[in-house]
Amino acid sequence: MAGDVILATSDVTMRFGGLAAVTDLSLAVRRGTIAGLIGPNGAGKTTCFNMITGFYKPTTGTIVFDGQEVTGLPPHKVCKAGIARTFQNIRLFGNETVLENVMIGRHLRQKTSWIDAVLFTPGYLREDKAMRAHCLELLAAVGLADAADEKASSLAYGAQRRLEIARALATEPSFLLLDEPAAGMNPQESEDLMGFVRTIRQDFDLTILLIEHDMKVVMGICEHIWVLDYGVTIAEGAPEAIRRDPKVILAYLGEEGGLHA
Amino acid sequence: MNSATFIQHMLNSLTLGSLYALVAIGYTMVYGILRLINFAHSEMFMLGAYFVFWGITLANLPWPVAMVIAIVVTATLGIVVDQVAYRPLRDAPRISALISSIGVSFFLQNVAIVFFQAIPREVYRPQWLEDPIIMGGVRVLPLTLFVPLLSLALMLGLIWIVYRTKAGLGMRAISKDIETSYLMGVPVNRIIALTFGIGSALAAASGIMWALRYPQLQPIMGTIPGFKAFIAAVFGGIGSIQGAVIGGLALGFIEIMTVAFFPDLAGYRDAFAFVLLIAVLMFKPTGLLGERLEDKV
Amino acid sequence: MRRGQTVILNLVAVAALGGFLWLAEGNFDGYKIQILNLIAINIILALSLNLIYGFTGLFSLGHAGFMAIGAYICSILIMSPDQKDMLFLLEPAYDWVQNAHAPFLVAVLAGGLVAAAIGALVGFPLLRLGDDYLGIATLGFAEIIRVLANNFPRLTNGALGFKGIPDYANLWWNFGWCVVTLYVIVRLLKSNTGNVLKAIRDDEAAARAMGVNVFRYKLLSFTVGAFFAGVGGALLASLLTTIDPKMFLFTLTFNILMIVVAGGLGSLSGTVMAGIGITVLLEWLRVVENPVDLFGYELPGVPGMRMVVFSLALIMIILFRREGLMGMRELHWQSLFKVFSRGRA
Repeated sequence: MAGDVILATSDVTMRFGGLAAVTDLSLAVRRGTIAGLIGPNGAGKTTCFNMITGFYKPTTGTIVFDGQEVTGLPPHKVCKAGIARTFQNIRLFGNETVLENVMIGRHLRQKTSWIDAVLFTPGYLREDKAMRAHCLELLAAVGLADAADEKASSLAYGAQRRLEIARALATEPSFLLLDEPAAGMNPQESEDLMGFVRTIRQDFDLTILLIEHDMKVVMGICEHIWVLDYGVTIAEGAPEAIRRDPKVILAYLGEEGGLHA
Repeated sequence: MNSATFIQHMLNSLTLGSLYALVAIGYTMVYGILRLINFAHSEMFMLGAYFVFWGITLANLPWPVAMVIAIVVTATLGIVVDQVAYRPLRDAPRISALISSIGVSFFLQNVAIVFFQAIPREVYRPQWLEDPIIMGGVRVLPLTLFVPLLSLALMLGLIWIVYRTKAGLGMRAISKDIETSYLMGVPVNRIIALTFGIGSALAAASGIMWALRYPQLQPIMGTIPGFKAFIAAVFGGIGSIQGAVIGGLALGFIEIMTVAFFPDLAGYRDAFAFVLLIAVLMFKPTGLLGERLEDKV
Repeated sequence: MRRGQTVILNLVAVAALGGFLWLAEGNFDGYKIQILNLIAINIILALSLNLIYGFTGLFSLGHAGFMAIGAYICSILIMSPDQKDMLFLLEPAYDWVQNAHAPFLVAVLAGGLVAAAIGALVGFPLLRLGDDYLGIATLGFAEIIRVLANNFPRLTNGALGFKGIPDYANLWWNFGWCVVTLYVIVRLLKSNTGNVLKAIRDDEAAARAMGVNVFRYKLLSFTVGAFFAGVGGALLASLLTTIDPKMFLFTLTFNILMIVVAGGLGSLSGTVMAGIGITVLLEWLRVVENPVDLFGYELPGVPGMRMVVFSLALIMIILFRREGLMGMRELHWQSLFKVFSRGRA
């Protein structure tokens, strides 16, 4: 299953003012794997995502994706290079329909422009039709085909998460970042999600990096895990090794202990 | 240019600058707390001036009494405007309150046209402000000393309120974080009202002195100085009172001196401020003393 | 409903509009025709502002500036050289201003194109600014245009402005442009580009994560909006036959903003309805400013009352019906049919 390294961050550090949110992060995600990024709240996981996707420019360090350096590229260029993401606090285009949300993800691969739309050129009509069909297929893949014309904000929570993934898939990524995909799900839904993530990895030829708090999900689908605490990588390895790592246990217990104190 | 003329230009800059600064303070305080550009603020400037005019001509009040009453009435009006037109929109998208404030601005301006008519009116000004005094060989208009001094006094009063009173502490707390201030038991609504009151009072004071300096009243007299004062606030760093003062003085200085040294540019005077605004927003959007507001992802 | 049916219905609607205009031309008095003309121009202006603000989320207060550009360019082109010779009293016009002459269609297009070019030029620095800063900066842009118009007498005849601009802008031109504007903006918004613009409005960060070059699309929307604002300004100049810098005060932008907010930010059909309603309202409100003869008693007119009522209406809309008439909804043929069939049932 595991291939070459598709995403590598070398000694990436992000400082906000005097505060280091992430220190010397070095990830090496192998092609075709599902990897996890875990750690207590405030460990800097989402900051990592924001650096990889170009929302933050790392203070130091480099990020290389598929042989191309993407450090400091603006988000839309990172996306064009093949990295797509979802957000922790679902960020759909709420006023648009479900289908339109996916079409927006598709615009990157679109060749005709709005001027063709004004002029009703045959090329535009053809592409528009093909694009709609493709997006409907994507919606079918995430089980939302019936909801295509509904307003995105009217969907149930779980469906919104799946729509966000469909929208990300529309950009034709080779690398997908999922920020807490199982948040707010019950055990049954989390179980379904695990199957779903495996399926899309297979069907869309993806490498997936996810942030997740639900340990059952993380241990269930991730092949490799990095653990962050206060921005520092305290452990990495296969799920079994992580589960037994005393430093990881301490980091999580520390958080629990804090709650009890 | 000889030194006497230069000193006169300096005094003129200081006068104009302090008038901008007083208005800019109101913009910056409201923006600091509510993130609202209060378009109606410039009408407080205009109404303050008209209220004095009314007090003197209709009620025969002595000039200083009319001024105090006008400031109090305008401050009250500022609070009423907030309560009626902005407070119901606290939870709405930010732009709604902005549009509401544009509406209020046009409303007050046109109410003024209805009541006072659009024609410009002459303003009475006390003789002692007009008789030039000779200081070290320089002819000085007492007005150009009176305006900066009174402005300075008002600003010191404001600084005392903001940094030495409990209400001022509340203001600073709200501008840092309004949600937490609520939770900490800061009487947020009362303090917002106070902020509008103080801002409007300063704008009224500025408008009154403006009417003395450029002795004419018009319902649209607030618009251009209002924009410029807002720009001064942005220039100084919106949200910062010191920034507003520095920005106001700087703008007054730029306007007077540019026209003094390059008389050909006089026709463009009203555009200076906007060019400055666009330049500031391009190169240092936080202004001289402002804090950066990060967008959260 | 199939696309073919919609196309037919749209054509029928345009034909009906044509028929109405033909009847109006023959039967209405000059005052009513003037109101119809203003309706068409206001709709053009409001649609273009709605594209920028309602659909892309760019709070722009610079419409009067683009209108001024369109108005001046168009007027210079349609006035004859002889006319300009008489007009430029302060200082003689530049040679190219003096000699430029073009048919009305070209002149209006030129007005729009120059407005669009300048829109793109100022959009470049300004569109990096956030909402309310953008508002104040575009307002500043419009003011600068006005100050420039005052200070370039060889181009604009300074504060005197232009008089006797040929009155080509009749019902057919105005409504023709109105239909073109509506068509282009509808097609733009229905294309995937329209989806992208709305995505930027709804959540800019998410749009960027989806690969949207946000700045490029903002610039596109701003430029297209500026083009139609320029066209509207050009038509207005020819309709009113006089222009001067004072005409392009912030009040003008305010009136357009009012139509957009009242109709619904993000609703084209709302804009059309509000454009009709508010233009009529504004004309009707002139009554309160003129003296009224009531059973032999003369009631004096109250200057300023019109804008008092008008601004009060805006405040009321924002306070009590923030989404305006239509919100983000649109009126389709389908929804119309539904209303009718329900009425029959």
